[in-house]
Amino acid sequence: MRAVNASTVVDGNAIAGMLLDIFGADVTALFGTCAGCASEACFAEAVVELDRQIAIVRCRSCTRTLFTVLHAQEDPRLVIGALGAIRA
Amino acid sequence: MTVGGWRPARVVETRVQTPSARSIRLEAPGWPGNLAGQHVDVRLTAEDGYQAVRSYSLGSYGASETIELAVDEVPDGEVSPYLVREVRVGDELEVKGPLGQYFVWRPESAGPVQLIAGGSGVVPLLAMARAAADAGTGASVRMLYSVRNPDDAIYRDELVLTADAGVDVRWVYTRSAPPEWDGVVGRVDADVLRSSIWPADEQPAVFVCGPTGFVEHVADILVQLGHDPARVRTERFGGG
Repeated sequence: MRAVNASTVVDGNAIAGMLLDIFGADVTALFGTCAGCASEACFAEAVVELDRQIAIVRCRSCTRTLFTVLHAQEDPRLVIGALGAIRA
Repeated sequence: MTVGGWRPARVVETRVQTPSARSIRLEAPGWPGNLAGQHVDVRLTAEDGYQAVRSYSLGSYGASETIELAVDEVPDGEVSPYLVREVRVGDELEVKGPLGQYFVWRPESAGPVQLIAGGSGVVPLLAMARAAADAGTGASVRMLYSVRNPDDAIYRDELVLTADAGVDVRWVYTRSAPPEWDGVVGRVDADVLRSSIWPADEQPAVFVCGPTGFVEHVADILVQLGHDPARVRTERFGGG
């Protein structure tokens, strides 16, 4: 159970669990707007670069970082980037 | 319904699905049930306290406290080789979920459904096919499943059962096909999709699941074929 800290490219579905820990709700079906390019998509559709420490969540249209989740610790922390708005 | 926090789960059955994949049934007391398409986070803890978490789709759905996942081994992965090769009935691990509100199929949603799977991406789509078959709407569901070789098909037997319940199951072989196969062998392309999935003017709800490259390739073709991107839901697998 040891490995290099390789990152894989997945999507927002894969980080439902860590977002649940932060928001207390499953947010994968919410829509987020990129403040950089104004495109809107479900969190589940975002590009996610995932490794043991960090999930970098990017806009699928312009690749800007919408937010980053630091999940190495028991209490994960979300750092807001280019995420402009959220709606149901 | 989503419930936070880790809960213990015990392995109650394992089944070899392919040379590199196994399905694992877990008894998770207090599991609140799950929708077809949802997934679960699995946490393993080593004797020295080292922990690893991975997300796996569920092949099961419904109100049961017994859940089923299917894991394909990722070479050099940290968790999947253990789940495919080592884990035994009676072993304990932890699960969190059910997770995901986006890549789900609900029995009350009417209309045609198109499922498109690449490799182990079949797992959540099998849960959807099972749910539709059990709801008596199997005939509204078509499944296209792309595998490298016949031996690589996870849930082959279960797919046959859903086909008996009316689900239209089509196969794509990208490297080698069974001897009786009279179709082409190769990657999913526009011709394959045109000839085997619900056409865009039927406005199917489309679910695509598989490795990242597969999903993006298929999603691009779907849009070229006139499918409304808002009706195409995707889930991409990583490794590990």
